[in-house]
Amino acid sequence: MTDTTTSGPMLSADGVPLKKSLARALRRQKLRALILIAPLLAFVVLTFVVPIGSMLFRSVENQIVSGTLPKTIEALETWEGEDGTLPDQEVFQALFFDMFRAAEAKEHTKLGSRLNYERTGFSSVFRTTGRSLDDIGEPFQDWLEDADPAFADGLTWYEMLSGTGGEDLIEDRRAIWANMVGEGFAGDIGFTLSGEMAELLPQTAAAYSDWAIYTAIVDGDVVAEEDPWETVYAALALDFARDGAVSALVAYSGAGAAPIANALAALPSLPEIDFRAAFVAENEGWGDTGNWQTLKIYSPDYTTGYFLNAIDMKKGLDGAMARPENQQIYVKLFIRTMIMSLIITGSCILLGYPVAWLLANLPVRSANVLMILVLLPFWTSLLVRTSAWKVLLQQQGVINNILVWLGFVDDTNRLILMNNSTGTIIAMTHILLPFMILPLYSVMKTIPPSYLRAAKSLGATNWTAFWRVYFPQSIPGIGAGSILVFILAIGYYITPEIVGGTDGVFISNRIAHHISSSLNWGLAAALGSILLVLVLALYWLYDRIVGIDNVKLGG
Amino acid sequence: MFDTAKDAFVAFEHVQKSYDGETLVVKDLNLQIGQGEFLTMLGPSGSGKTTCLMMLAGFETATHGEILLQGRPINNIPPHKRGIGMVFQNYALFPHMSVAENLAFPLEVRGMGKSEREAKIKRALDMVQMGDFGGRRPAQLSGGQQQRIALARALVFEPELVLMDEPLGALDKQLREHMQFEITNLAHQLGITTVYVTHDQTEALTMSDRVAVFDDGRIQQLDPPDVLYEQPQNSFVAQFIGENNTLTGVVTQISGERCLVKLDSGDEIDARPVNVSKVGDRTTVSIRPERVEMDKRRLSPDAHTLKGEVLEFIYMGDIFRTRLRVAGSDDFIIKTRNAPDQQRLTPGTQIEIGWLPDDCRALDA
Ligand SMILES: Nc1ncnc2c1ncn2[C@@H]1O[C@H](COP(=O)(O)OP(=O)(O)OP(=O)(O)O)[C@@H](O)[C@H]1O
Ligand SMILES: [Mg+2]
Repeated sequence: MTDTTTSGPMLSADGVPLKKSLARALRRQKLRALILIAPLLAFVVLTFVVPIGSMLFRSVENQIVSGTLPKTIEALETWEGEDGTLPDQEVFQALFFDMFRAAEAKEHTKLGSRLNYERTGFSSVFRTTGRSLDDIGEPFQDWLEDADPAFADGLTWYEMLSGTGGEDLIEDRRAIWANMVGEGFAGDIGFTLSGEMAELLPQTAAAYSDWAIYTAIVDGDVVAEEDPWETVYAALALDFARDGAVSALVAYSGAGAAPIANALAALPSLPEIDFRAAFVAENEGWGDTGNWQTLKIYSPDYTTGYFLNAIDMKKGLDGAMARPENQQIYVKLFIRTMIMSLIITGSCILLGYPVAWLLANLPVRSANVLMILVLLPFWTSLLVRTSAWKVLLQQQGVINNILVWLGFVDDTNRLILMNNSTGTIIAMTHILLPFMILPLYSVMKTIPPSYLRAAKSLGATNWTAFWRVYFPQSIPGIGAGSILVFILAIGYYITPEIVGGTDGVFISNRIAHHISSSLNWGLAAALGSILLVLVLALYWLYDRIVGIDNVKLGG
Repeated sequence: MFDTAKDAFVAFEHVQKSYDGETLVVKDLNLQIGQGEFLTMLGPSGSGKTTCLMMLAGFETATHGEILLQGRPINNIPPHKRGIGMVFQNYALFPHMSVAENLAFPLEVRGMGKSEREAKIKRALDMVQMGDFGGRRPAQLSGGQQQRIALARALVFEPELVLMDEPLGALDKQLREHMQFEITNLAHQLGITTVYVTHDQTEALTMSDRVAVFDDGRIQQLDPPDVLYEQPQNSFVAQFIGENNTLTGVVTQISGERCLVKLDSGDEIDARPVNVSKVGDRTTVSIRPERVEMDKRRLSPDAHTLKGEVLEFIYMGDIFRTRLRVAGSDDFIIKTRNAPDQQRLTPGTQIEIGWLPDDCRALDA
């Protein structure tokens, strides 16, 4: 016999501490289990975790505003916007360059649609302005080309701005493009900016760099051979108008000094620089402080705006506030979805319980036939079943006809069973019924008939025996069925869409609308996230009240 | 035992039962059970015991015939009004109720007040020595404990008749023996009438006042245990109850309590005619292994004896079990007591055996 009374940890046969060898054995087991479930795990992550994650992200993401109009947003920071004044000229100047860039890349309409969710009419402001940006820059181009025809030649600009030392600015502009379009703007553009020019003519250098990057990378042209955008001319005019710019430029003697000198000489005839007036002239929307407020409110990269929208609120300059009464739809819709799902779950319990009881207690042969009847709906397409309900529920439909024929309903007073919540409840109860019956059945199947007999032998009437003995044991089945039906119902889409009309639609129909029609994916994501949270909260509540171990799908 | 069925506490009168309309599961059952009696239904699987019990409890209806309880026909009384206590094979304790709630159930449905209820529950739990277990769930009890609770629940509303369907089937041997003792004690103490179903013959013999041996939907014999064992009325009962040696042959002589049987091997033996009536009847004679005699001095001088060859000797502690070849049969068993002077036979030995004619019963073929 070995001495087991010595102190120290228990050792296994090979002298390794018992705990350690147990842990090793368990680890191997776990690893094997992990390998077995790896495909499923990957599948679940790909098809479930990733989409939900991206949905949650999309519901707060708002980078499109600052990505498309980066400098405008920067300039807007100092604008309070409360006293009804428009932003100052600097903002409109930045808007001109940002918009031009966005219009070239066709990004401005996307931003327009995005902002249109928050303020109707915004998208047309963006669309029309995008077409006429050239007009705003043209006076400056004309002026410069009059002052020195060399400005009409792209090479003049190229030589004037080429050099070294301006790499940082080029990289900044690349980043702006990449932010807006969302893809890489890396690579040689066949142009290097002069550092001296970047200091002397900062706006011009920036505008020219924007153009050069776009021309080289998106259009694939040679920068030296192309004529720049109107923005570059406007930028030069702005640079000239800067305090102290003229004196610095007079001393300049590098490439392009001659055209610059000619332009300086023509300064007295420089058209008035008033971008604000130009923008307002192009589209009155730019003269509306409400539009500017919206732009400012939705300028951060992440916003609670979609969520506020989803609960019938909106962002104001100073925090959240309720939407006007006539625009409040979502909270009502959420409540309606919940109530109708509850009613559907309740009807499923009422209708499904007796069927499940029959299934569990009939002789095998008849039970099998009944089971086939229960499963039959699964063999027909959901769309067909729902459409069949349409046929049944119409005012001239089968049900109404029978009721009229039987004399229960007056012919002029046919029941409205469709295109309202009644229709949705009837059709969805039918469609979700199997999801209640099956768990109920599998739980009832495990309740031996001897319990009922025992109860009766103890003196209970049929009803008491059922209510006190059978029913409590079938509650786990009711729980499982209810969770299943409720969660399916709360996210249902097709059936309410077809038979629900306007009164019988669910929140999912709104979500689908925003995904496929209004394309407001952020709001759809926010609504979806709220739905998800609601379901989880209810699940938690259910666990607290009923206990989740009280849910059985069988056994 | 009873003059008419009306005198009996429970009576089955020409009861028949068929589930499918094609075969009779119970064929013409006639049975009278006295007040306070402990009656056991014993029989092989499928012989209709549970069916009889269910008819009595009201969960199955008799296809034909009448069942009387205290002289009144009960065919039309629903189960919950019969007031019969019942213990099920799997106990059927309600899993969602505590032990005390289980016991309270029959009292609540009878509308009994709370204090009275509690007193009765306590008394019933104490009766089965489970006084401390009122708060537990059935799932938290061992098999034997569940058994006791089921018993207590069947007795708590003080029925006069209790039915038990193989209540000890799921217990191990030791616990079963203990519970057999407790159940009979309780039944006698409380003076209740008990109908007990089992297919364990030891259980039937040790517990019952009378045993009804079922086979093929009929009662084959209804007698107190000792009579059943010592005087089986037919070869089924003889085979079913206890161990038995059987030899087949033809009756050659018959006179009152004695007959002579010529075995198929040609040997002749004495027997007591039970199920044979005339010379020439084929018969199965049955001899209990412990009644076989190897000591010629104990037999009468003119007794017929048979030659046997020892095939196997098994030491079983309290007894010896010897297997012989006798009259062409290879499994003739002798049981002898492990006494100091008892001979231990070795295989191959030739011996002579005999028996008192009264112990050798000539039954139906
Ligand atoms: N509900 C039923 N439907 C049809 N046949 C049944 C039903 N219950 C029992 N039977 C048949 O009736 C016969 C007697 O059954 P019963 O349950 O009474 O036997 P038992 O003596 O209790 O047997 P065991 O010792 O195995 O419990 C069997 O052949 C059985 O197959
Ligand atoms: Mg049985």
